[in-house]
Amino acid sequence: MSATQQVLIIESGRSERHYWRDLWRYRELLFFLAWRDILVRYKQTYIGIVWALGRPLITMLVFTLIFSKFAKLPSEGVPYPILIFAALLPWQFFSSAFSGAGDSLISNAGMISKVYFPRLVIPTSAVIVSFVDFLIAAIILVALMAWYGFVPSLRIFTLPLFILVAFAAAMGAGLWIAALNVKHRDFRIIVPFVVQFGLYVSPVGFSSTIVPEEWRLLYSLNPMVGVIEGFRWAILGGNTQLYWPGFLLSLFLVVVILATGVVYFRKAEKTFADVI
Amino acid sequence: MLSVITVESLSKKYIIGRPKQERYATFRDALTNGAKRFTHKLRHPFSIPENNSSREEFWALKEVSFDIQQGDRVGIIGRNGAGKSTLLKILSRITEPTSGKVSIRGRVASLLEVGTGFHPELTGRENIYLNGAILGMSKTEVKKRFDEIVAFAEVERFIDTPVKRYSSGMYVRLAFAVAAHLEPDIMIIDEVLAVGDAQFQKKCLGKMEEVGTEGRTVLFVSHSLPMVSSLCTKAILLDAGQVVKAGAASDIVSFYTKGDSGPEVDFQSKKIGDEYARLLSVAILDSSNAAVTHVSINQAVRIAVAFEVLKDTTRELLPRLDFMMDGGHYAFVSFAAAKMQRYKPGKYRAVCHVPANFLNQITYFIGFGIVSYKPTRILHFYEHSACSLDVIDPLIDVPTRVKGMPMNDFPGAVRPVLDWEFEELD
Repeated sequence: MSATQQVLIIESGRSERHYWRDLWRYRELLFFLAWRDILVRYKQTYIGIVWALGRPLITMLVFTLIFSKFAKLPSEGVPYPILIFAALLPWQFFSSAFSGAGDSLISNAGMISKVYFPRLVIPTSAVIVSFVDFLIAAIILVALMAWYGFVPSLRIFTLPLFILVAFAAAMGAGLWIAALNVKHRDFRIIVPFVVQFGLYVSPVGFSSTIVPEEWRLLYSLNPMVGVIEGFRWAILGGNTQLYWPGFLLSLFLVVVILATGVVYFRKAEKTFADVI
Repeated sequence: MLSVITVESLSKKYIIGRPKQERYATFRDALTNGAKRFTHKLRHPFSIPENNSSREEFWALKEVSFDIQQGDRVGIIGRNGAGKSTLLKILSRITEPTSGKVSIRGRVASLLEVGTGFHPELTGRENIYLNGAILGMSKTEVKKRFDEIVAFAEVERFIDTPVKRYSSGMYVRLAFAVAAHLEPDIMIIDEVLAVGDAQFQKKCLGKMEEVGTEGRTVLFVSHSLPMVSSLCTKAILLDAGQVVKAGAASDIVSFYTKGDSGPEVDFQSKKIGDEYARLLSVAILDSSNAAVTHVSINQAVRIAVAFEVLKDTTRELLPRLDFMMDGGHYAFVSFAAAKMQRYKPGKYRAVCHVPANFLNQITYFIGFGIVSYKPTRILHFYEHSACSLDVIDPLIDVPTRVKGMPMNDFPGAVRPVLDWEFEELD
């Protein structure tokens, strides 16, 4: 053992100093956990990963039927299924990341009380699992575009930026719910409610242009409104307009949720092993 | 020698007072408590917040200090609730101390449980990589030692089978094998060897000894005193969150079993047991009815155990005595099979007679427990190493020995006098 070996100091309130370096060191664990969850989910299933396609596809068909055929809502000049799918992608990513992250700490309670690693790894890997589903589901969008012969504009190249915003929103909300869930299991009951309710208050089945102009800023207080509008703007191109004040408000809220989420999670994390 | 672990006045406080089933607060409680505090503050703006009587402080560790040198194999012993697990959790960074400081030099691997993060649906191969990552190994490190791990665990044939189809023995072997190949500078181990069969325990102990002789440091928590005395060079005895004594393992173990509470060990304050039965005391008596800690090999000895039955039950209680040897191996077990019956609530004393010229010249660690089997198996309590008994060979009047025989000619768990028959053949 060399004298130059690093010395680890354990003291109350000291863990912050190594935290981000540790998080980097444990990056492999992050991907292993995500890999485990994906692998386990589709083991002993016949059609395996195809399930990741089925859910959004069926939701899209039902929504098209209800909102386009029955309610006859405007489609902004693009095929309605594409309009819906451009929104369904980020929404399903957000909702599954949100509920996945919410349960992640509790379902890994054994690991938390027996092994040290930066706890951020767990909800983050849950979000990554949902992100993989998101990427798989994106295949359907490509297929839809091919089916309708829809060619996106150059705006499609800005899509990664909006994906980043969606990721930040999912991470922020996921961290909050994960940490709160450890202390107060009530949030476990709230999660499905938020997911169900959110689908209707977010412009998934319809275009947000049907919201009256004077209410749009207020509507954008739902951060997913900004994310979804951004996705539509980038994917649909053409005459789709981005309502900038609303988008910036949503973006600001996403940043706030992510920042406070990290801070709150880091604070709560110290007592996870004691209370879980 | 270089100190690899320095612990300075380490303390850990827990807030207790809630009933156990309410481990986590509900949000409603938090809201109503918050609201109460708020309205109280409105009405009495200058009062000091009253001390909520349901929030009690509990010091799991208090002002603990010690030093561990490189290459030491240190056993941490003490009763349940003495603070052993809390200490390990702080050393492995699972929880933060309330105050105090720990300096650790080198890479730590802690094994507080075997197979943490193992997933039953994944194959052995997949679990090795996953568990390695959880324990802090990189993928390349695992890859390098993969064959060694598999060979150690003896699961070559089943490496691509989901571990849910493994026998419990295979599962434990695989889990331990991953951790044993971490090659850390410091290894922290909690009780994990209590699982697995005797042969594998032996293998694990061998591996741990090997780790120790390679200049690595091992910290080992166990209820099994024989295991501590045979595996560790040093020991730390904890009680009520404080260090009672630290020193050579054999001294600490004998201090703990004897010096601690005299020949008759009283367990009443420790409240060992469930709602059916509770352990009161254990004593070793010689032929003159005196409580002893050692006995000659040619004397009969009795193990007297007092227990209390708390509940009128249809369960038939069965007391058992386990005689263990160094290294955690069983010498033998004795069940009070003829006395498996219903007991009315009250205090009982059970005495087990061990004949003269039966035990060997070794130290036995005696465990006592009460179990019942119908309708389901319940272990009402089991106290490892409730007491220890040194058996001494006085060298004279010992029927198993003849003059001129070397001392070490009697290996084995017991040394009974058996009948031999002879006849002359044509």
